Parts: sequence; C-alpha cells; structure tokens
Amino acid sequence: MFDNFVVPNLLPAAPEIFLAAMALAILMIDLLVKDSRRTVTFALTQLALIGCAAIQFATSTGEITYTFSNMFVDDLMSDLLKLFLYMTVIIVMFYSRGYVIDRDTMNKGEYYVLALFATLGMMVMISANHFLTIYIGLELLSLSLYAMVAMNRDSVVSTEAAMKYFVLGALASGLLLYGMSMIYGATGTLEITGIAERLNSGGVNKSVLVFGLVFLVAGLAFKLGVVPFHMWIPDVYQGAPTSVTLLIGSAPKLAAFAIVMRLLVSGLLPLAPDWQNMLIILSVLSMAIGNLAAIAQTNLKRMLAYSTISHMGFMLLGIVTGVVGGDARYALNAYSSAMFYVISYVLMSAGTFGMILLMARAGFEAEEIDDYKGLNKRSPWFAGIMLMLMFSMAGVPFFIGFFAKFSVLQAVVAAGYMWLAIVAVLFSLIGAFYYLRVVKVMYFDTPADDSPLTAPLDMRILISANGLAVAFLGIFPQVIMSLCAYALLRSL
Amino acid sequence: MSTYPLLSLAIWIPIVAGLVVLTTGGDRNAPLARMLSLVGAVAAFLITIPLWTGFDVANGGMQFVELKTWIPRFNINYHLGVDGISMLFVILNAFITIVVVAAGWEVIQNKVAQYNAAFLIMSGLMNGIFTSLDGVLFYVFFEASLIPLYLIIGVWGGPNRVYAAFKFFLYTLFGSLLFLLALMYLFIQSGGSFSILEWHKLPIPLGPQIWLFLAFLIAFAVKVPMWPVHTWLPDAHVEAPTGGSIVLAAIALKLGAYGFLRFSLPIAPDASHELSSLVIALSLIAVVYIGFVALVQADMKKLVAYSSIAHMGFVTLGFFMFSAMGVEGALVQMVSHGFVSGAMFFCIGVMYDRVHSRQIADYGGVVNKMPKFAALFMLFTMANAGLPATSGFVGEFMVILGAVKFNFWVAFAAASSMVIGAAYSLWMYKRVIFGDVANHHVEELTDINKREFLILAVLAIATLWMGIYPQPFTEVMHASVNDLLHHVAISKIQ
Repeated sequence: MFDNFVVPNLLPAAPEIFLAAMALAILMIDLLVKDSRRTVTFALTQLALIGCAAIQFATSTGEITYTFSNMFVDDLMSDLLKLFLYMTVIIVMFYSRGYVIDRDTMNKGEYYVLALFATLGMMVMISANHFLTIYIGLELLSLSLYAMVAMNRDSVVSTEAAMKYFVLGALASGLLLYGMSMIYGATGTLEITGIAERLNSGGVNKSVLVFGLVFLVAGLAFKLGVVPFHMWIPDVYQGAPTSVTLLIGSAPKLAAFAIVMRLLVSGLLPLAPDWQNMLIILSVLSMAIGNLAAIAQTNLKRMLAYSTISHMGFMLLGIVTGVVGGDARYALNAYSSAMFYVISYVLMSAGTFGMILLMARAGFEAEEIDDYKGLNKRSPWFAGIMLMLMFSMAGVPFFIGFFAKFSVLQAVVAAGYMWLAIVAVLFSLIGAFYYLRVVKVMYFDTPADDSPLTAPLDMRILISANGLAVAFLGIFPQVIMSLCAYALLRSL
Repeated sequence: MSTYPLLSLAIWIPIVAGLVVLTTGGDRNAPLARMLSLVGAVAAFLITIPLWTGFDVANGGMQFVELKTWIPRFNINYHLGVDGISMLFVILNAFITIVVVAAGWEVIQNKVAQYNAAFLIMSGLMNGIFTSLDGVLFYVFFEASLIPLYLIIGVWGGPNRVYAAFKFFLYTLFGSLLFLLALMYLFIQSGGSFSILEWHKLPIPLGPQIWLFLAFLIAFAVKVPMWPVHTWLPDAHVEAPTGGSIVLAAIALKLGAYGFLRFSLPIAPDASHELSSLVIALSLIAVVYIGFVALVQADMKKLVAYSSIAHMGFVTLGFFMFSAMGVEGALVQMVSHGFVSGAMFFCIGVMYDRVHSRQIADYGGVVNKMPKFAALFMLFTMANAGLPATSGFVGEFMVILGAVKFNFWVAFAAASSMVIGAAYSLWMYKRVIFGDVANHHVEELTDINKREFLILAVLAIATLWMGIYPQPFTEVMHASVNDLLHHVAISKIQ
C-alpha cells in the first residue's frame, strides 16, 4: 500500500523541520526546569533560532526548489525573509526577557515555545506554494499569538484583547478560506504556481475568480491590518503584554508580505488590475485613518498601532504599482521597494517597542506617552535612540525610514501614479506630527519621575545597536536594497 | 587646486565635532564642551578659507568637485561641488557657526553640550545643502537640518517654544515633501539620474515645467520665507534662543533662496519666465507690506524677523528679473543679510540677557549705560536700513538698479522700502537706545564685555568691508551668474 509513497526532498524544509523538533524538545526540557532557572529555556530558544539561521545559510541554493508535491517552495525571497525573521525573533526574545521575568504569569516555558511555534508558522507562510500550506502556516501563527496575548491571565485588558483577536482572526481566516475555495472552484487547483498556469492558459470563469479574489484580499488585509480591516490592531496592540505586542508588531509583517507576494503576485498576477485597484483603496484609507487616528492617542502602544496601520498602507503602495496597463516592466522595482519597506519597518518597530520594554519595570508599563516626559534628562543616550527611531518612522533622513519611503515613492512615481504619491506624502506630513510629539515629550518637557532605568546590560546594548542600525542603514541603505532586488529577481 | 576633499571636510568636521561634544555628557563638563565646540567651529571655518583663496574666478562651473557612488540601486551619488553662487555661503555658514558658539558662551547654562552639538551638526548639514550636486543628497541634508533646529527652538526657546518648534518643522516639511516628488519626477524623466547638473540640460515641455516650478516654489518659498507662507518665521525667531535666531536668519533663510538658483531657474527656465511676474509680485508684497508690518511690532525680535522677510523679498525680486545686476545684487544682499541680521539678533540677545525682555517699551536710554554697545548697535541698525558704506546698501542698490532697467514701477515699489526700512530700524533704535533712562532695569545695565565686543567688532568689520569694498565678493560670482543667465535665456521646450 506504500507503493506510491516517495520520500519528498526534505532539504528545502530543513529549517522548519529543525525548528519544529527543537520547539517540541524545549517544551519537554522546560518541564524539568524550575521557574528560577528559566534562562535555560531562553538560551535554548535562542540557540534553536540561531540553528535555523545556520541551516538556512547552509541549505540555500539560490534556485527555486519545490518539494512536498509542490506545496512548499524554497527560493531566495523566502531565504532572505526567513533570515530577517530569525533575526527579528532573536531580538524580540532578548528584549522581552527582562519584562517576562518581572511578571510571574508570563515567566513560563510556554512563552518561549509559543514564540517558536509562531515563528514556525511564519516560516511555513513564507515558503508556501499552496493554499493549504498558507492556511496551515497562518493558523499556526495565529493560534500561538492568541495564546500569547492572553498569557497575562490576571489582566482584564489582555484577556479582552485576546478574545477580540481570536474572534476577528477566526473571521478573517474564514474569509480567506472562502476566497480560496472560490478560486479553487474557478481554476481547479490549490497550487499557487498551478493557478498562474491556468490563468495564463485562459478559459477561467472570471466572475467566480474575482468574487474569490475579493474575499482573499479581505483576508489578507485583515492579516496586514489595513483599513477597513484594522479594528483589531489598536486593541490588541494596547491590550497585549508589551513583549507580545513587540512580537505581533514586528515579525508577522514579513510573513504577511510573503503571502501577499505568493497569492497575489505569484498566483494571481493576470488579475493585477483588479487587486491593484482594491489595494489602492485600502492603502489610501489606511494612510488616512492610521495617521489621523494616531494623533488623538495618549497611549504610546495604541499610537504605534495606528502608525502600523499607516505604514502597512504605505507599503501596499509598492505592491499596487507593479503592473501598469498590463505592463510588468516596473514589477521588480515596485515589489523590491515594498520588501525593503517591510524590512525597514520591522527594524524600526522592534526598536520602538523595545524602548517601551526598556522603560518598563516590575509593576510599571511605561506605555503612556507622558511616561517619556523628560527622558532626555533621565537618560540622554536612550532619548537619542528613541529620537532616531521616531524620526526614522516619520521618514526624515538620515534614517532608514526615509529611504524606505523614498524607494516606495519612486516606484509610485515611476508607475505614473502622481496623485497617489501626493496623497502619500501629505499623509506622512500628518504622520510626522505625532512622532514629533514623542520627541517633544522627551526633550522639551520636564521629567515626571526621576527613577533611573533598570534594564539589564544586554538589553541596553542590543537596543542601542538597534537604534544605531536605523541610522547606519539610513546612510548606507544600498546593501539591503540590492539584496531585496536580487532576491526578488531570482524568485519571481 | 587642492587635492584635499575640502568640501567633505567642511561638511563632516562640524558634524563629527558635534558628536564629540555630545560625549562630554552633563553640565559638569560644560567648560570642556564649550572649548571643544569652539575648536570644532574654528577648525571648520579654517578649512573653508582655501575654498576662497583657491577659487578660480574665471570659471563659472563647479569647482572642488567630489564624486563617489553612494546608492547605486537608484544611481544616487555623493556628488559635491561649489561655484560662485554657493561658495560664499559655505564660508558664511562656517563663520556664523563660530559666532553662535561664542554667543552662547555664558548665556547657555543648561545642557551646554547638546546645545553646541546641535549647532555644529546643523552647520555641517547646511554646508551639505550648499555643496550637494545630487538631488537626493541635497534633499537629505535639506530635511535632516530640520531636526537640530527643531530641538534648538524646542529645548532652549522661550515660553511658546513648543508651538513654534512644531510650526517650524511641519511648515518646512510640507514644502520639502512636494519637492521630493519633483525630484522623483526628474529622476524618471532623465532616464534614471539624480544629478542636478544633468537635470539642468534636460529638455522638459512647458506643462511639466510649470508643475516642477510650483513644487520648487512651495518648498523654497516656505524656507525663504516669502509672503504668504512666512508666518512660521516670526514665531520661530521670537521663541528661539539667540544662537538659534542668528543661524535661522543668517543661514537657514538663504537655503530657500539658494534653491531658486540651483533648481527653479536652471531646471525650469521657461516656467520661470512664465511665472516670474507671480514671484515678483510676492516679493514686492514682502518688501512693502511686510516692511509696514515690521514698523508696528512691539517686540524687537519680531521686528527684525519681519525685516528679514522684507530683505529676503529683495533677494527673490533680484533673481526673477533675469539680469546680472539683479542676481548679483540679490546674492550680495544674502551675504550681507547674513552678517547684519546675525548681528541684530545678537544685539537683541545682549540686551535680553541683561533685562530678560524683548519689548521695545521696556527699554529707553540704553546709551547712557552701554555706550560701546550703542555705537555698534547703531552701525548694524544703519546697515539694516541700507545706509551707504554698509553692506546693506550694496545689495539693495544693485537690485534696485536692476529693477529700473526691468520696470520702473517695480523699481519704485522696491525703492520705497529704503524709506520703510529706515523708518522701522531707526525708530526702534531711537526708542530703545536714546532718551532718558527709562526704568531701574535699564539703570542696572552693564556695558558689553570683551567676548560680546569681539563678536560685534568682527561682524562690524565684515559689514563695513562689504559696504566699502564689495569687489572681492562680487568678483567670485560673475562667471557663475553669467553662465546661469545664459542658461536660463535658452528655452528648454523642444
């Protein structure tokens, strides 16, 4: 009965297999570790992630390799995104360690194991070449995150956030699945490259296809957190423990970008005029509502949540300008700008939430903007780091955020959407206001409390490195820009 | 020609010096921070001297050029160079930085290291603006220079500093974002080049030229500032510390005017001719109307701020008459205004440090207590009013001469400002300096100390030198201005 069974090529999925094994092993080992010795779990988690990165390097061929009956793909885009993913999760784990130790309900082995499973889910999403693979990856990520948001059991806000996240997330998954089933109905395949072939050979029922596309885009928009599917973002960002917000606000953006690329670009490129128009509306709305609503916030986490919405809207501009009038000449330029934007955003976002964790201590969350009053008096160095992160988010040079905006804008202008570029810059002007307000609070106001920062040394060093990287990559952005362009050139 | 990368040094010495000053930390090390800042500022100034001595006045093109690849993905280069138009501003900027560091010597006691570092970094960034020959490099310096000034106004400014800092930042950011889109449009049109000199040669149809010109106009008009987008300037000036006002008036305002010569005129010459009457009208409004606004100000800093707007109106007027006399007069006016307005703000700072008021009504009879100060202040007031033999006269006179050839009524309106300028400057001087000692604050005044005297004396020498013998200044401009005007006279429409 096993006649037809062929052992698939496991090599392209080696990092995923390794991480799954490690996560299970850590789950077991952690049972033997006392609460006071949780550092062991932490170290093993970091080792697992570093191991993944090493395997990724070793097994990367630069070729597009399909495996598991074409359900899984390994190409340069996935290699690059996964390497940034490991890096981000490693940083996130470092930042959150002190915060987690200070809070008893969170200082459990599950915290690390769930983070690893979430990472695994994102890796699967990045490498998916099949609707089911995407779905499995997405659910693995989402279920891990739901649990992590709720980890601080005693907090009403966290529990509410988790509930909201779960209900809306399930709804979005349903939308995505519904869209997938429609597209399956129209094309007869679930395989992404297969769908592209069917579409190119013609004879596909367009109305069923576009009907499915609408649901697909809605599902993706939810996962990206763009307007009008953004409702969960502010509540979850604010309600989740900050260390979990840090995770939600950084790494999953890479995975979301990957599935947008896989589904819309690899699979449904012939429908580009349709989904581009949908995404333009989502993008403009996100920039508008994200930036305007952020102005009104007094809670830094909530403000950053709205800022995420606007950033994702801006990133979408890179994706909507790939195909102009059936001409895909600008595709590489546009998509690689969007990829650069996502990577830059993840770096800035990790740094900013890291700052909130740095300022927090046992029993104090440092999540109100007013908690940063007079930071320049208390710690000029970290005020400087936060200043760089804020100006980078606002898109002011010499920081990486400027070149992120720059590369997306030039793609928009190159595609001839001048009006869209003007809308984008006007909303970034509005956006600059609330980032400036954080700088104002740190520099112009007098401190409300003078207690020194208590963060451990490793965190101080890492967050300084994070901030300086934002400045350094803002002066020398070429390496990452060309890596993105090269990876996409070899993958599309 | 020197083989050293002089322009890079002029940009990066102050920036590195600023970062070094930051490392001195808290106010315990304030004397060290001040000393290091002064050394950095003087070193940065000395490095710019060879730019003048080694400058080839017969060459209208770019000199001291440096070209390195920066971001090949978008063909962005680290491309620097100066011509007769920009060279003087690099030196002026470096010079004013010394004045600013010296001006804050005893006055600033709070976060001394950060204060000086902000000015040094800003000085380097502004040198970057004047020397960039790559559109993106220019833009990066242009926008990055907002950060230090935002902090200077917000941290060391007056009571309403937060409002002024935000207004300043958002106003100028608004202008520069549309400018960025114009750069991208040019990048696409030129087939993938950000080189400003390439763009000068690029043929563009009239329609897009008009749009480009308007995008440039918004960016630079906000920076100059021109009427009606000038309202941020009085707020920023009034709230900024003395050093901030000096830099703002002496250098930052020149950035916008410089942008007209580097971008608007050569890249969109046809649109410049087409819309010149618009710019001339706005300039005349600035000269005449803002002059009257200055007349009624009760706050000395506001008065000088409005007079700056009026003087900058002369500059934009000079540019858009497309004659050598007009453009050179405008450039002389820019340099002169750098010395004179810097000195005016410093003088007001000297009085403010003693009395803690900028209201004209709080003074009177200052000459009785501060004779040396009154004499020097007199000179700068006269220069501000455009008295012959001071630098203020040369520029305005040249612009008016250019205007007479262009159109009599334009010249008439411009010349009326000589009267208005004299009125607001001298009337302020009379109320503040002359008369009997007005109150006990004035009674307690002490005359300027050696540091203050030295700063004012140096500025006075510069003002008189430019007024009596402007030849060295105009000589370096000739070739570049002539090249520019020849270029602008040729249509780019094909």
